[in-house]
Amino acid sequence: MQVLQVVISGISQGLIYGLIALGFVLIYKATETVNFAQGELMMLGAFLGLTAVTFGMPFWAALPLAFAGMWVIGILLERVVLRPILGQPAFTVVMVTIGVGFVARGVVTMIPGWGTDTHALAAPFKGELVRAGGLVVGMEHIVVIAATIALSTALYLFFRFTRVGVAMQAASQNQLAAYYMGIPVRRLNSLIWGISAGVAALAGVLLAPITFVHVNMGFIGLKAFPAAVIGGFGSLPGALVGGVIIGVVESLSGVYLPEGFKDIAAYILVLVVLVVKPTGIFGETASKKV
Amino acid sequence: MTVEEPILRLQNVESSYGPVKAIRGVSLTVNKGTIATVLGANGAGKTTILKTISGIIDPDKGTITFRGEQIQKRDPAWIVRRGICHCPEGREVFPLLSVRDNLMMGAYTRADRDAVARDLEMVYGYFPVLRDRAGEEAGKLSGGQQQMLSISRALMGDPDLMLLDEPSLGLSPKLTREIFDIVVRINRERGKTILLVEQNANLALSVADHGYVLEVGRIVMDDTCERLRANPDVQEFYLGMKEKGVRGERRWKKRKTWR
Ligand SMILES: Nc1ncnc2c1ncn2[C@@H]1O[C@H](COP(=O)(O)OP(=O)(O)O)[C@@H](O)[C@H]1O
Ligand SMILES: [Mg+2]
Repeated sequence: MQVLQVVISGISQGLIYGLIALGFVLIYKATETVNFAQGELMMLGAFLGLTAVTFGMPFWAALPLAFAGMWVIGILLERVVLRPILGQPAFTVVMVTIGVGFVARGVVTMIPGWGTDTHALAAPFKGELVRAGGLVVGMEHIVVIAATIALSTALYLFFRFTRVGVAMQAASQNQLAAYYMGIPVRRLNSLIWGISAGVAALAGVLLAPITFVHVNMGFIGLKAFPAAVIGGFGSLPGALVGGVIIGVVESLSGVYLPEGFKDIAAYILVLVVLVVKPTGIFGETASKKV
Repeated sequence: MTVEEPILRLQNVESSYGPVKAIRGVSLTVNKGTIATVLGANGAGKTTILKTISGIIDPDKGTITFRGEQIQKRDPAWIVRRGICHCPEGREVFPLLSVRDNLMMGAYTRADRDAVARDLEMVYGYFPVLRDRAGEEAGKLSGGQQQMLSISRALMGDPDLMLLDEPSLGLSPKLTREIFDIVVRINRERGKTILLVEQNANLALSVADHGYVLEVGRIVMDDTCERLRANPDVQEFYLGMKEKGVRGERRWKKRKTWR
């Protein structure tokens, strides 16, 4: 039974990685660049959620609010910072996103009430335990799992069935052809940044009741990146699966392996996967045309 | 042919890729309801002309007038909405989307759902194989089917002018003939004006009304297709007929390679 409990908390932790990884993959598929500020976007989202709850908003309302707030910030980021350097080498873009991460952390420390302190986000279900057949699981883990399922379903339906969602896929598969069809590729890319930032915010607010809200919580992005790599870096389900694998292995090794293994589990996994299947678990074989 | 009414006019258009000038001083006119063709060897600049018209490349110089309005240097999406759809060289389908979704992307700029549904039926009528494989990934289609999809996708934008870039590329002569027959039907039955770009001069001259011959970025000849077919130079260089006679010897050395 204990193993199962460890696995479940590993899954929920892994889904947090997966949600951040989702942001990596979305932006990568749309623009062929990697946004290394993804973890910081999550951190900002958590602070937005924290502030909303502090001002008396219920947790369930803070969630969509953080999503919407970070959506706007994501779109602004694309418009103001990324679009002007469109066409620069990928290295430049990556450096800029790392810079954005630094700036985000710097700005947060200057905001009164946020600062460098560690904050606890009061969620209504915090500390609640769910018992089922001898299994005892923290409610916050169940919430993460349920919310991720809901979000993935929504994203799936969006990309599969809406005109804009299909157009985003089209632009990612063949950008030139998308221009020929009159698809507003740049506007869609900016929308993708909004979605990625919004998803990161959800991850942040969901993670907050489990850990804390802190200016450095975005470093969790360092675990999310391997999740995306394991999943194949071009695959949205892959990002979540990669996250779950890392989360589960991590929590199992935290319990059953000597100290220290937990922290490097993610990177060992990446090495193993890359050796066995260099394209990642869900790696696409069809090459992309730009 | 009824009254000649130009729908598209290029005047002195020049486009380049960085320092490389690809087309120079290109002027051409396409009349409404007709099929016009630009012939030229590989690298002559045919694709560049089409890309400049559809706004993928901004010209350095010159004007492009479509239905009386200047469209050069506009956004590709704006140009699609004006009524120009581009069926690009190499088909360029969305490989992981279904055939049906590919077609719907061709109609991305359109809001009238009923009209889009009617046009979907129309392209399925022209190319029944697309209906049969509507749910399959476009990347799994054969080359000829992808070409049909690419033409149909452009048609889904309900264009007044269709730009077709080498639809015969890499296809068997029989399949090419079939596709060209349907292109002609689309022109006659739907009244779509077509600007066709081809290396396969024989085929292009047999379906088009007016032809332009492009050599290293310049238009060097311009006439009705009937007269172009009868022109000895065209026959020799573009239709692959060797001329017998005094000039033949000298010309032979300049002869270009044609597939
Ligand atoms: N992306 C590009 N970058 C640089 N030069 C190009 C590019 N595309 C085409 N060219 C050059 O422009 C000229 C015309 O090319 P293109 O329009 O593709 O010819 P065609 O379609 O007739 O084969 C060629 O000399 C080609 O080398
Ligand atoms: Mg070409």
